[in-house]
Formats: sequence, structure tokens, C-alpha cells
Amino acid sequence: MSTPFYVSPQQAMADRAEYARKGIARGRSLVVLQFADGIVFVGENPSRALHKFSEIYDRIGFAAAGKYNEYENLRIGGVRYADMRGYTYDRADVTARGLANVYAQTLGTIFSSAAEKPYEVELVVAEVGDTPDGDQIYRLPHDGSIVDEHGSVAVGGNAETISTYLDQRHRDGMTLAEALKLAVQSLSRDTNGSEREIPAERLEVAVLDRTRPQARKFKRIVGRQLSRLLEGENADTSSEESDADDEE
Amino acid sequence: MDFLSDHQPAMLPGNRQLPPTQGVIEAPHGTTIVAVTFPGGVVLAGDRRATMGNVIAQRDIEKVFPADEYSAVGIAGTAGLAVEMVKLFQLELEHFEKVEGAQLSLEGKANRLSTMIRSNLGMAMQGLAVVPLFAGFDVDRGIGRIFSYDVTGGRSQELGYAATGSGSVFARGAMKKLFHDQLTEDEATTLVVQALYDAADDDSATGGPDVARRIYPIVTVITEDGFRRLTDDESSEIARSILERRLQQPDGPRAALL
Repeated sequence: MSTPFYVSPQQAMADRAEYARKGIARGRSLVVLQFADGIVFVGENPSRALHKFSEIYDRIGFAAAGKYNEYENLRIGGVRYADMRGYTYDRADVTARGLANVYAQTLGTIFSSAAEKPYEVELVVAEVGDTPDGDQIYRLPHDGSIVDEHGSVAVGGNAETISTYLDQRHRDGMTLAEALKLAVQSLSRDTNGSEREIPAERLEVAVLDRTRPQARKFKRIVGRQLSRLLEGENADTSSEESDADDEE
Repeated sequence: MDFLSDHQPAMLPGNRQLPPTQGVIEAPHGTTIVAVTFPGGVVLAGDRRATMGNVIAQRDIEKVFPADEYSAVGIAGTAGLAVEMVKLFQLELEHFEKVEGAQLSLEGKANRLSTMIRSNLGMAMQGLAVVPLFAGFDVDRGIGRIFSYDVTGGRSQELGYAATGSGSVFARGAMKKLFHDQLTEDEATTLVVQALYDAADDDSATGGPDVARRIYPIVTVITEDGFRRLTDDESSEIARSILERRLQQPDGPRAALL
């Protein structure tokens, strides 16, 4: 029997981080953007039954990239946490910050404990406020840290390329159609810079809309509503082209 | 029979020893809740009075609550327990929807309420009973449905109309004469207020419309568009038109004899 090799904690951690990062990069990307009426989640997801975006509570939404069964666990845990907290205290006492902290603890424990393998997931927890200033977006990488994001964020797949593209083009106060268009364009970029078509059937879209009259602000955008929003941007571009012709 | 009376008299039906009960088990008191189906939905309404013995404890208590987007619960019985149960029921439905990504079927919701009432049987036998009336829009079948419960949680679907609470006997009598299965939504909401008025007329524990204070029965409508509670203006409109006619005919609309 051979003696086990000594691995320095540094190396062990670096290996685990590498493992998790690779797993997340294998998955599909998703983007989370602020727009005038709230926060929109857009991702390529051919599946109709399995969701990348979900409702956690009245104003809180959840998005994840990476291994499905792992982030499903975390999602359900988040819903339980939120419902328990809201029932024990009050609905107003459930916040994205509190939830993000719980997720960070969980992910951190899993990452640090040598027994389990690290979760190959990267999460985004978002909360819509009464005004754009009140919106919050937290990104939780696999190792249990929390990053406070603003404007736009991309996770999973080739997140780096998409992030750069988004940072250059995102602005505050976009309409839903504009934000959706930007999101789809950014997701279409492959790592080598080329573009590909993502049809509406392969998109999963959800919003946290502060203008909704109900207390629960989360809503999925599917079917005709989604096609209309995507087509709306085509109508805009065609009118731009005719203006250009007129000027000539 | 003779053999039993010689050897085992306790086994005779009249001689069986019953377990001791804590006083009289009263019927859930102080309320009338009524529900009526119409093509396209269901109406659930309740009065506003809370009584403690002969004292009116509250004039404007709310007894009808939305359970979720397509269903509502009206409660008769101990107010504090009932409200807590409704809160838990609402949470249970919302939790299921979020975790599963789909709403419970109407049957499933009715079932869960059943279990909740059943678990309260111990307290009910000590006088703290909660008896609900559950109404919802069944999105699969496209119709409104009503479920009534007894204190043990036993549920039964009611066809057409139903009532629960101390004034339910009188409300049911009124609805029996007024109901038909082609009501419009407006007719259905008027019907429930008529029934509640008749219940208040004969049951001291049920409150009628208080026009002076502008306290009206809570009337809710559930259709494919979801749950909707009538505004004070809408309820007062119905109450006023009923009261005007009752000034001429205090017993309300008269049915034909044959």
C-alpha cells in the first residue's frame, strides 16, 4: 500500500476552486440586468421544465449556473428559509441580503470541508426595490464569497466575454424590450467573438417588476409575450434603417 | 338481549359508558359565511360581526381571506385560531407553488385544509373550533367549486351554494329560494348579500350591513381572472339597493308558490 501524498492546503484549495470553476464554465451562461421597472433574468435554456430562474419571495429572485441538481437544492433551501422567516416575523423582514448571507455560509462550508466536493454552482440573488436605487444584485461564486453587483452581471459559460460586452453597452433606465435585446445579443457572443442566433423557444426569461400591483413581483415571460418583446426590437431596428435611407 | 343483560349489561346499546366530555360542544358560533357558484366562477362572502356571549366584540372583523390567486377561505369559529390557520394555509399554498413551480390542484388545496382542520380536533372538542368554507376556481375544469367542512375536517363538495356558521341555516333557506344555475356575477354577489341579510335578521351572532358606519359584508369573487374582493363602494351599492327594496318588503324577494 502506498502512503498518501502530502498536499498543501493551498494546493488543495486551488484544486477545488479549479474544479468548481471548470464545472461552472461548462454550463450555459445567464445574464441579470437592471432596467427601468426592475430586474430581468435572461438565459439560454432549451428545457421547458427545468428552470434557471426562480421566485424566492415577494421581491427576491434566484438565478443559477452550473450543476442543476446542486443549485436546485440551494433554490429549495432558499425558498424554505424565506417562507419560514416571513412567517415567523413578517413578510417585510425577508431580504436578499439575508438570503445571500445564508447562501454564502452554505457554499463556504461546502467549499472548505475536505469531505464533500465543492458545489459547481454560481448563484445570483436579486431584490427589486421601490425605486431603481433600492435594487440589489448579489453574485455568489462557488467558494462562498458575495459580490455586490450593479447594472448587469453574467455568470456561467463564457461569463467573462459576456460581462465585457454588457459593461460597454448597459445603461440605466432601459425599457424591458431594450434590456432583453441587449441580453440576447450578449448571450449570442461565442468565445471566439462570433455571433449565433438564439430563437425565442430556447430562451428562459423572468422579471422582478416593481410596477406589478401584486406583492409577488416575480414573473416569467413566455410564449407570445416574449415573442412580442423580441419582435418589438426588430420593429425598432427596421425603422432606424428607413430613417438612415431618408437622410441619404 | 336477555343473555347480555344478565352477563354483560354494559354491551347493551343504551348502557354503553361514554368518555367524559368537557361541557357541551357548541356549534361554531358568531358567523355566517355563504358561497354561491355561477357560470364562470364562485362568490364567497361573510358577515362582519364577532360576538363573545351576548356582547358584540367587534363590528368589522374580516372572516373571508384569499388563500391564493384562485381560491379563498371563509372561517366560522374561534377568531384567533382561525386567522392563524388561514395564515398557515396561505403560506403552505405559496410554498408549494414556489418549490414545485406549479400551483396545487383545487382538490389538493381542499385536502390540505382538511388536514389542518383535523389536526385542530383536540382544541375543537374543548370549544375552540374552526370550521371553514373553501371556494375556488378550478382552472382545469373551468368552473367554480365550493367545499364545506365539519369540525373533524371531513370535507364535501357543495353544488350550487353553501353556508356555514350560526346563521347558516337561515342563509341556506334564503339561497334555496333565490338560487338558479345561470346567475351572472352581479346576480351572484347580490344573492349572497341577500342571504347574509336574512341570516342577520334571524341570528343575533350575525351582523347585517351597517349603512351608518359603512361596514358591509366582505364579498369576494373568484373567476379565471383570479381572486377579487369587492370594494367598499361596490358592496355599499349592493347593500343599498337591497335595503331600498326591503323598506317596502322587509322579508326580501318573494318566491312563487308553485
